[in-house]
Amino acid sequence: MNASSPSPRKLRVATVSLAGCFGCHMSLLDIDERLFDLVERVDFDRSPLTDIKTVGEHDRCDIGLVEGGLCNAENVEVLRAFRARCTVLVAVGACAITGGLPALRNHLDVGDIMQSVYGRVPDDPELPLPLNRVLPIHEVVRIDHALPGCPPPADAFWQLLQDLMAGRTPVPAPGLIRYD
Amino acid sequence: MSAVDPTFDLDGQPVALQPGDTILSAAARAGLDIPHLCWSEEVSGSASCRLCTVLADGRPVAACVTPAVAGQKVECRTASLATQRLRLLQMLFVEGNHFCPGCEKSGNCVLQVQAERAGMTELHFEVLNPERPVDASHPDVLFEPNRCILCQLCVRASDELDGKRVFAIGGHGIATRLLIDSPSGRLGDSALSVDDRAAHICPVGALLPKRVGFAVPIGQRRFDTEDTRG
Repeated sequence: MNASSPSPRKLRVATVSLAGCFGCHMSLLDIDERLFDLVERVDFDRSPLTDIKTVGEHDRCDIGLVEGGLCNAENVEVLRAFRARCTVLVAVGACAITGGLPALRNHLDVGDIMQSVYGRVPDDPELPLPLNRVLPIHEVVRIDHALPGCPPPADAFWQLLQDLMAGRTPVPAPGLIRYD
Repeated sequence: MSAVDPTFDLDGQPVALQPGDTILSAAARAGLDIPHLCWSEEVSGSASCRLCTVLADGRPVAACVTPAVAGQKVECRTASLATQRLRLLQMLFVEGNHFCPGCEKSGNCVLQVQAERAGMTELHFEVLNPERPVDASHPDVLFEPNRCILCQLCVRASDELDGKRVFAIGGHGIATRLLIDSPSGRLGDSALSVDDRAAHICPVGALLPKRVGFAVPIGQRRFDTEDTRG
């Protein structure tokens, strides 16, 4: 941090797992000790790592990290809230970017899947209805950046966050673009 | 090489050419990389992927089938060609089901490595999610048509190298697909043998020899670099 200028305000970061496996969040945590540097620079808003229930309820978020594609109605509602409350929205991981392996269900009928797994379609209104197809998030909201990988390497998270914290457009180093 | 050998200019580099050369074959011999998917020095050209598009004296041409001309100025590394290559790769990705995390060709796949080199981070277009049935009827070779990029390398390898004509391209527009020459249309009833060149030339995970998947450790696959986590 530059000693001659005042400390910049902390950035507000929200994260979420939609139709994800939480593996992208684990890969974020794989930045290890760099997490201590990170929490000096950012505050976390809604995230599986905090207790905040609603994204950007009091303060607009600077960065939203979205893991997972869209498989049900609640995913869509949460994604739209993230888009509305986050200045920069990042699709994180193969699922958010392409639908990922969960999208392998797209050639099957969702009713048939429910029938064969549960013997009936669970019908409590508390449960979000599954979508006909698993969708990548860019088909529902605009995304600003994407971090490919299943999961993205920890160094790719670190580079993206450092770029965004410095106000640079994130351009991943060649070795950090992986899809598997 | 003598001083009178004919050359053309590729992004400022002189490239020696021999009779019958295309821009791509001359560049490949000189060790200069022009991105490509559907070209192989083993078989004739098809110019279907369009990834090797270059500017020859300012005109866009497919380097794999365009004869090299002495004194020509060829440009490959321009910003607009890089964007065009990225869009072509994104079109191929959304057109199929390219779920690399579950594909046994990952790390050995030419489509994947070209996309990585092109800096592709997202798909840009809507995904099409094709629903073509997998053909697992052959005892030794699997065909997953949702990964096929219609490069026709298997078609040409079967015709020109194996002398079998097992494959063809059929259909029109987005429904275009790889056809298999057998009474049932299935691979198991065709003349394909796992020893055929056509069974191994597929640049993606569409035609795969069975029972050899995931044998190579991450870090040692064909296109892995020292950055590849393992």
